Amino acid sequence: MTGVALSFGTLVFIAWLLSAATGPEAYGRVQLLIGSIIGQLAIAGWLFAFYYHLGNGVRHLFWDTGRGFEMAQARASGWTVVGFSATATVISWLVAFW
Amino acid sequence: MSLKSPLGRVLGLGSAKEGTEHWWSQRVTAVAMIPLTLWFALSLLALDAYDYVTVTNWIAAPINTILLLLFAMTMLYHSKLGTQVVVEDYVHGGTKVVTLIGLKLIYAFLGVASVFSILRISLGSA
Repeated sequence: MTGVALSFGTLVFIAWLLSAATGPEAYGRVQLLIGSIIGQLAIAGWLFAFYYHLGNGVRHLFWDTGRGFEMAQARASGWTVVGFSATATVISWLVAFW
Repeated sequence: MSLKSPLGRVLGLGSAKEGTEHWWSQRVTAVAMIPLTLWFALSLLALDAYDYVTVTNWIAAPINTILLLLFAMTMLYHSKLGTQVVVEDYVHGGTKVVTLIGLKLIYAFLGVASVFSILRISLGSA
């Protein structure tokens, strides 16, 4: 789910790159879009989706080693990822505007 | 007693005839994405501003060009592997084949577009 959302995020990333490769005017237009309220909301959403995807990705890689499958462990690692994603998103946002 | 032929066992391709290639690539790109995404996020956060000159200068620094190329290509490959599974699981019949081919073409375009953009900025013709 978050992977699909992040895949749409790559489109914005590539639009941003392409505009920077095209020139200042094109870059300015994309920056205006990203800087708008909707753009900022989308970035915040993608940031959370990214940290959530990262956390659960590491969780899955750990599961691949055959560990952490007990119900209590799986529940704990799941909530750890939720907590990590929320905290990392807030911290990133604070650092970006600091 | 196994009914598998010796050749089939050695090739290890299984009933889908693709072996573990997709599964393994997904893991390898996932591991590579951990440092690459963190580098990208932290580098952008560390920039003073996001105007044209600052951003293109940042992209043009050799180490950033290299890592950004790796980031873009690994991300697109990882994304392609993931969306492919979603389509294989939830789209059926002829639509599935068309969607999978369409995805491949889109990802090929995105890959070329990102590599071209990064190199154009880095090699100074933008």
